[in-house]
Amino acid sequence: MNRPVPYRGGGFRPSKIRGLGLFVFIALLLIAEWGTRAGWITNLTLPRPSDVIKTLWDLAASGMLWTHLGPSLGRLTVGAFFGAGVGVLVGVLIGLSSVMRAGLVPLVAAIFPIPKIALLPLFVIWFGIDEMSKYALIAFGTFTPTVVATYGAVDNVDRTLIKMGQSFGLTRASIIRKIVIPGAMPGILSGLRISLAIAIILLTAAEMIGAEYGIGAYILQAGALYDLERLFAGVTMLSVLGVTLSYVLGKIETRVLRWRI
Amino acid sequence: MDLKIDALTHRYGPTEVLADINLDIPTGRIICVVGPSGCGKSTLLRFVGGLERPSEGQVLQLSDPPADSLNPFTFVFQDFALLPWRTVDGNVRLVLEDHGLSKPEMDRIVTDVLARTKLADFADALPKSLSGGMKQRVAIARALAVRPAVWLMDEPLSALDAQTRELLMDDLVGLWLRQPFTAVYVTHNLAEAVRLGHRIVVLSRRPGKIRKIIDIDMPLEERSAGNAALTKIEQELWHLMRDEAQAADQELIT
Repeated sequence: MNRPVPYRGGGFRPSKIRGLGLFVFIALLLIAEWGTRAGWITNLTLPRPSDVIKTLWDLAASGMLWTHLGPSLGRLTVGAFFGAGVGVLVGVLIGLSSVMRAGLVPLVAAIFPIPKIALLPLFVIWFGIDEMSKYALIAFGTFTPTVVATYGAVDNVDRTLIKMGQSFGLTRASIIRKIVIPGAMPGILSGLRISLAIAIILLTAAEMIGAEYGIGAYILQAGALYDLERLFAGVTMLSVLGVTLSYVLGKIETRVLRWRI
Repeated sequence: MDLKIDALTHRYGPTEVLADINLDIPTGRIICVVGPSGCGKSTLLRFVGGLERPSEGQVLQLSDPPADSLNPFTFVFQDFALLPWRTVDGNVRLVLEDHGLSKPEMDRIVTDVLARTKLADFADALPKSLSGGMKQRVAIARALAVRPAVWLMDEPLSALDAQTRELLMDDLVGLWLRQPFTAVYVTHNLAEAVRLGHRIVVLSRRPGKIRKIIDIDMPLEERSAGNAALTKIEQELWHLMRDEAQAADQELIT
């Protein structure tokens, strides 16, 4: 008898399948479209996807899209920039200094689980009802996860590389700048992904409480009027914003981390 | 630069790892330190390089290092310790950047050491695309760049396969013949020790003590794999270490 040995390997290795994600997405939309047209999904449950697209189109045509999107993007940029920036800085300090670690880690652990949305009324009192309180909320919300991700990443930098740096007499500043920070980069970037998603959530929440324009305000108005087309148009904007940010971060990762295997 | 290890003893908590080590390290000689795993040979190397402090005793410099040496005590690590985000060129440059050298001077050193380690064509490669032997060559080039007074080599060939190890041993012999350097070379591979060592120091199992010091007079260029005299010394070393290695193997790691 001669037959080939049965093959038992394979699997357990994710491979890239192009376009399947898009296909699932479009398939779901088509099912919703079909359901709402055929009538087995009432238009009180779900708006017709084509109507949502039309609403978005009208919004863009009237210029109102930018009226809402502009302030939102501004708030997101300023808030996330300061929150993540200060977060990376504090995270690196915690990672490098035992004093900072002993002093700040308990504090960060204490403020991490607070739902930051609960602090919005407080921030309104502290910073006023206008932009400043929104910046503060988003910054504060992105700060804690960035800190935790950053000092974890610094802790995980290969100690033999640091030892190597010391053995060649590199200055402390050189070791930090040329070994610790690049070594922590993968961890910092994956922390940023989480932080930016949180930033979008907080942006929406802040705009729902006190804003005239912004995606959050737009969604809230639509919800109050039970205007499902506009509500879904707003949600679509958020989703597209999230996907775009994640895409941009992915591009940055492949560029900055091209040394990884 | 001559070194002297003077009555060095070290403890981690209650466990004594090294006991009363006395050893002379003369200029221009390769001292191989062999011993069973866990005998503290790598720890000894870190004391010589000033990366750790012993509990008792000291490592003495008997003279000043040469003035042109940028980093007198220079390590070559078992796992290469290359920065994965820097190219071959960048990894060598890393150790020169803090010395205030001019750009042409730095370029000259980098070109020179890459040529001496046969890496000139790979200057722009990232470590991820290099084989283990090439990575260790980069680490050797990096060490050459700072003109060490003493090379501290911590099992530099242990992560490589046997063929690559042979090639790199030849490279090391070539570098030494071209310009004799002082080295403390820690290894558990007896064949490496008899090929490269002018003096072989056998450490006992924990706490590490010097069991025997063997000097080999045969010039490095005459040594080769399978040389009868060397094989005899290797046998002798193995005989010395065998029981200890067996006992060390059966110890629980604390």
